[in-house]
Amino acid sequence: MKTLMVSVVTPDGPVMEDAFEMVSLKAENGELGILHGHIPLVAPLSIGAIRLKGQDDTKRLAVNGGFVEVRPDKVTILAQSAEKPDEIDVERARKAKERAERRLQTKQDDIDFRRAENALRRAINRLDVVENR
Amino acid sequence: MASLRDIQTRINSTKKTKQITNAMQMVSASKMNKAEQNAKSFVPYSEKIQEVVASIANGGDVPKHPMLQAREVKRTAYFVITSDRGLAGAYNSSILRTVYRDIQARHQSKDEYIVIAVGRVGRDFFAKRDMPIAREITGLADQPNFADIKDLTSETVQMYIDEEIDELNIYYNHYVSAISQEVSTTKLLPLTNISTEGKQLSSYEYEPNQEEILEVLLPQYAESVLYGALLDGKASEHAARMTAMQSATDNANDLIDDLSLSYNRARQAAITQEITEIVGGAAAQE
Repeated sequence: MKTLMVSVVTPDGPVMEDAFEMVSLKAENGELGILHGHIPLVAPLSIGAIRLKGQDDTKRLAVNGGFVEVRPDKVTILAQSAEKPDEIDVERARKAKERAERRLQTKQDDIDFRRAENALRRAINRLDVVENR
Repeated sequence: MASLRDIQTRINSTKKTKQITNAMQMVSASKMNKAEQNAKSFVPYSEKIQEVVASIANGGDVPKHPMLQAREVKRTAYFVITSDRGLAGAYNSSILRTVYRDIQARHQSKDEYIVIAVGRVGRDFFAKRDMPIAREITGLADQPNFADIKDLTSETVQMYIDEEIDELNIYYNHYVSAISQEVSTTKLLPLTNISTEGKQLSSYEYEPNQEEILEVLLPQYAESVLYGALLDGKASEHAARMTAMQSATDNANDLIDDLSLSYNRARQAAITQEITEIVGGAAAQE
């Protein structure tokens, strides 16, 4: 099966660059699966996991925001943060989740609410990636 | 002429100072290396985001996004990057001088501009002159993460979107090399001149559409430019401090050499005088 180059880049430096068979990711308006030969595409990403399917294993990354640029033989994921399962601090994510949940129950302010919601989604995403590694 | 003891005390204290400046120089050198690496690892991200923004903004029918449109300037924002601590040579003073001069030349009243100050030195400078500081951030780590400054950059960009400001200028020291940094002033917003030099522009499908992508992409682009400036500024800060401490150490060495010379002269003079006295005394006995 033909592979495509995937590079994951964040402001703190490149996270991963390798060849994979398929990339599936969560864009703002739904899941996207990308194979070799995809038409050039730009789409914003939401908070979610990226699955990189290689020849015999699947890697997962927890991604927060950013967007994906697709070319026929290359996929570039520009994210504000991207973490491999073994880089994720589970304890911290769990605490962040609890904190966000508490805040969601008390605060009614619009901006704070959205912030807490995003924090919660990030924490759940991280924990999810760790659990399904 | 100073006594032997006085000179000896001065030599000792200069040696102590030299030890400190020497240590500071080495610390700055290693921090500079790290900062330079950080700035380098940011390059792929910024290049890519610029490439995509450029191909959308310059491709065929440009969608009307507020961040791409120049509007009548009622209030200008100055994003000024300085350090928290001094002892970095002309690092802070050259930036602050440039900003101050520009502000004085362009604006008559304090309603026409605001300052966003990064670093304690800059904040104190503007506060002392009673200039309006909209946001400030001090105590930034030597190796800042994107997450550390995310709030500041997104608030700044949000201010432009909310039309609190109509123009955003960045002032920082650009890292040319370890011994040379120059003040760089960039007009970030509105994004009217996204350079496309040497870039191969591609045409993309947009999912869902151009407008919504720009909605997400442009703020991220602006934030990435701010973050890049900050990393660049940090590298310059450490480089400037390293150079300053290097010359302080050199000066201390010169001073110690001079002082040792006059110490030896004074010692020699004292010995000569003693011999003369003894010889004179012996001659008087005969």
